[in-house]
Amino acid sequence: MTTTVPHTATPEAVFDAAVAADERIEPRDWMPDAYRATLVRQIAQHAHSEIIGMQPEANWITRAPSLRRKAILMAKVQDEAGHGLYLYSAAETLGVDREELLDKLHSGRQRYSSIFNYPTLTWADVGAIGWLVDGAAITNQVPLCRCSYGPYARAMVRICKEESFHQRQGYELLLALSRGTEAQHAMAQDAVNRWWWPSLMMFGPPDEQSAHSGQSMAWKIKRHSNDELRQRFVDICVPQAESLGLTLPDPALRWNEERGHYDFGPIDWDEFNEVLRGNGPCNAERLAQRRAAHENGAWVRDAATAYAAKHATAHQEDRA
Amino acid sequence: MTSSTDWPLWEVFVRSRRGLSHTHAGSLHAPDARMALRNARDLYTRRNEGVSVWVVPSAAITASSPDEKDPFFEPAADKPYRHPTFYEIPEGVKHL
Repeated sequence: MTTTVPHTATPEAVFDAAVAADERIEPRDWMPDAYRATLVRQIAQHAHSEIIGMQPEANWITRAPSLRRKAILMAKVQDEAGHGLYLYSAAETLGVDREELLDKLHSGRQRYSSIFNYPTLTWADVGAIGWLVDGAAITNQVPLCRCSYGPYARAMVRICKEESFHQRQGYELLLALSRGTEAQHAMAQDAVNRWWWPSLMMFGPPDEQSAHSGQSMAWKIKRHSNDELRQRFVDICVPQAESLGLTLPDPALRWNEERGHYDFGPIDWDEFNEVLRGNGPCNAERLAQRRAAHENGAWVRDAATAYAAKHATAHQEDRA
Repeated sequence: MTSSTDWPLWEVFVRSRRGLSHTHAGSLHAPDARMALRNARDLYTRRNEGVSVWVVPSAAITASSPDEKDPFFEPAADKPYRHPTFYEIPEGVKHL
């Protein structure tokens, strides 16, 4: 479908018409400065989350209980790196520099998802992250595949396809533990107890307190409200938990016939805000490790540059 | 120290299987074409998504301007007779 806007229309009218008609905005199109800034902020934060998100799980690669689990976990962590790179690419189409985004992550001027500031204490946490954290991410990300900004939407299509493996491997891992020994079952339950509430916080503050929601919905960057997606996630998880033979740590959780949804208890937003302010269990550790990885990787980047230069020279000599 | 963004940006095109054309998959930074190909393999074909990859320096692409979108493509707009559906053929005529 194409919009029928006269040639003489202002760039703003062309933009508004494209958004209204559910067309995609592409990098070279005119767009409002605030639209561009919102996307840069959101895509960068999303990219940073993928990159920081490698850490909690990578923590268990060397201690995976079998070669099968280890290969799976390495593939998953590699995917997270890939997702970060797809998203940095998408952000760059908006005219920002990748180095600048990394600087902002390393200096704490741009954020990443608060969920990655929680520690992975046991092997079962790898399962709980796959099932709950990736499950919440998928619930958030599937609507982003229809986001009004083309490069972001296309990156999300690719990411969602890959996330599905992440969630299923986590569920399978928890199921194995849940059906295992008493100690293994208890380990799985403990992990779910610790990850459930932070996963619900991943959808962001309640609608009435969400700073950016209204405008993002109008621009069709965002398609559903935080509370709507959170409810969708809870409704999906309850029966999945039953199949796992595990419980969710919320005494208020029960089916509400009238609403056709599960009711759930209040979320501790003070905890969420504390983690956002940098006072979560692992904030300092995550950033320190990210900076160290970047600095310790400098020689690899230098070597690649030197190697490319050497081959460019050799190539020129061949021609001469 | 060099930063990875001193490296040029490359556009990546992947042929998903024989018989299909290469399709744009995304972009990446790399110091030269060979590294760009290797990075493209790791980034865009982790699940056998491709049997062939092209990398093209982004700076080498010449694109039409979105500002002149309508005038630029206008020559094709008023020529419906280029489409087979433009022609009325009596019912019952076969293989046409």
